[in-house]
Amino acid sequence: MSLIASNLSIKHEKNFHLNDVSFSMSKGEIYTIIGRTLAGKTTLLKTIAGLISPDSGGLTFDGHDFGSIPVWKREIAMVYQQFINYPHLTVYQNVAFPLKQRGIQKTEINRRVITALSQVGLEGFGDRKIQALSGGQQQRVALARSLVKEAKIVLLDEPLVNLDYKLREQLREEFQGIFDTKASEDSILIYSSTDPVEAMQLGGQILVMDEGRIIQQASAKEIYENPISTKVSQITNDPAMNLFDGRIQDGCIVLSPEIKFDLPSHFNGLPQGDFTFGLRAAAISLDDNGFPFSVELSEISGSETFLHVRHEGLKIVGLLNLVQNFSVGEKVSVRFDTKHLYAFAPDGRLKSSPYGGLQ
Amino acid sequence: MSLFYSTLKYLAVTLWSMFVIAPFLWALTTSFKDFQSVTSGATYIPWVDFEPTLDGWRSLFKSPAQGGIAIVEPFFNSIIVTAAGSGISIILGTLAAYSLSRFTFRVGPIRNGDITFFFISQRIMPPVVLSIPFFIMLGKLGLLDTLFGLVLVYVVLLMPIAVWIMVDFFNKVPLEIDETALIDGCNPYQAFFKVVLPNSVPGIIVAGMFCMIFGWTDFFFAFILTFTEVQLLPVAIVALNSSITPWWSLSAAALFSVAPLVVVAFVVERYLSKGNLSGALK
Repeated sequence: MSLIASNLSIKHEKNFHLNDVSFSMSKGEIYTIIGRTLAGKTTLLKTIAGLISPDSGGLTFDGHDFGSIPVWKREIAMVYQQFINYPHLTVYQNVAFPLKQRGIQKTEINRRVITALSQVGLEGFGDRKIQALSGGQQQRVALARSLVKEAKIVLLDEPLVNLDYKLREQLREEFQGIFDTKASEDSILIYSSTDPVEAMQLGGQILVMDEGRIIQQASAKEIYENPISTKVSQITNDPAMNLFDGRIQDGCIVLSPEIKFDLPSHFNGLPQGDFTFGLRAAAISLDDNGFPFSVELSEISGSETFLHVRHEGLKIVGLLNLVQNFSVGEKVSVRFDTKHLYAFAPDGRLKSSPYGGLQ
Repeated sequence: MSLFYSTLKYLAVTLWSMFVIAPFLWALTTSFKDFQSVTSGATYIPWVDFEPTLDGWRSLFKSPAQGGIAIVEPFFNSIIVTAAGSGISIILGTLAAYSLSRFTFRVGPIRNGDITFFFISQRIMPPVVLSIPFFIMLGKLGLLDTLFGLVLVYVVLLMPIAVWIMVDFFNKVPLEIDETALIDGCNPYQAFFKVVLPNSVPGIIVAGMFCMIFGWTDFFFAFILTFTEVQLLPVAIVALNSSITPWWSLSAAALFSVAPLVVVAFVVERYLSKGNLSGALK
């Protein structure tokens, strides 16, 4: 069972919402579409659902043309980022709704609804009105409705984005549990997100989208280790990978007259010349033998500190362990862990990574 | 300062309430008076200022031959015309509004907003402008001075109100609800009738209320398009105003004419507070 998209394009006025999108997805896999807002993620999911028709290109499912099947006849379930339910129905009636539409027998509906409600932790909530539930519970109802159908394709459009931090963490774990077991064995699960951490945690295959295009499709590990361009490196890292222009000259990397360091071994095959170098925030640290920078901003996030520093035109963000306090303008010595340095060509293509060597 | 503003606020509310309630109180007391009490100057408190009588109310249900004012038939005529006109307007208006809210129409330079404005523009025009074509058309169709003719005219007059209110309402209903219904196996008609419509009850009630108020209180078209066969309540009440106006009967008739709207408002208010979309998209 596979879902194949061939050259899907959707253009509105002068802007591409989808631009020549092609992919192949197989059952039993979780696919995460990651991209910034307006990258085309929701448009792609709605196109798969049949809610939007592509201007060109096509979709096939199990070898059959998917485009000719109306939405209500597709074996699809979808959960939106807003908590979409039917407010005039109870929780039970909401979950049973798609099964009633299919004309399934009452006893079977009852069995499946009770199973789905227990899967999402809503046993005993069947008689409640949707309005009486919290946001997290409402999203669980939507999730139960998507599970109860036992659909062949399950689309999850940033389902956790509107939840608070704690609930998001909790539901994310539950999602993995639910979809890693039964649903994903028989289904293709497509999850869209703007959050790189979420995408990496879910694992599976990742499709990176930007301006309506899929700019890289690979496993989570491969995307992390070898982002094929500066754009991918920005989209799939939080905070975004530090990028800075420099050049390789006489066995050294030169970022400015004061900031030079030895060429790491994985850059040995690179020619001399201009590059864009990339380094994750976690590879930046404070060290007395480092380069002089001044603090622009320090952000405390949980038990970590994001430190924004600057040296002339060079601005970078470091991720420091524990909560550390800095004042704006404070002088600090910054060390670059060059073992984790990436090199991109001036046009943004990956030239060398610490994991893949020379590209 | 807050005490000053609070006092000012209550003073304003009290004055406004008096302004609104005073005519009703005047009509209520007058409806229990007789000729003697009405002509003997300003009197307001029954059994103190005047001896109350039910003559005014009794006259509503008597024929002119029995000294009554024959208001029952116009009352039922008004109910038929208003209920039919409002009902048809709500049904057609809701369907039109849903399509204007959900589908994109393009005819040359005309877009959805222009079509909505076209509906509303019929209410912007002075009634007299519409009355002439209505009069001519109903005359040619042989529908002047008939209930059916009035229902048709009221549908034309009330549907813009229904469309206007319901377009705004449907625009606030998240499109994702329709989409979810489609994904859950509804075709577009089922999505509308099984999901969107049940969640639109508050909007339909509000639109229905406005249609009924406008329909029930219309005097102009009821006056222009009827002669002797059919008379609606506002025309019948105004017809009582003559050189020897029976103020007690007129007041009773005025209160009688308001009663259906008050009943509808009370019934509808419960539904308005019940149905809402807060659980659709939090």
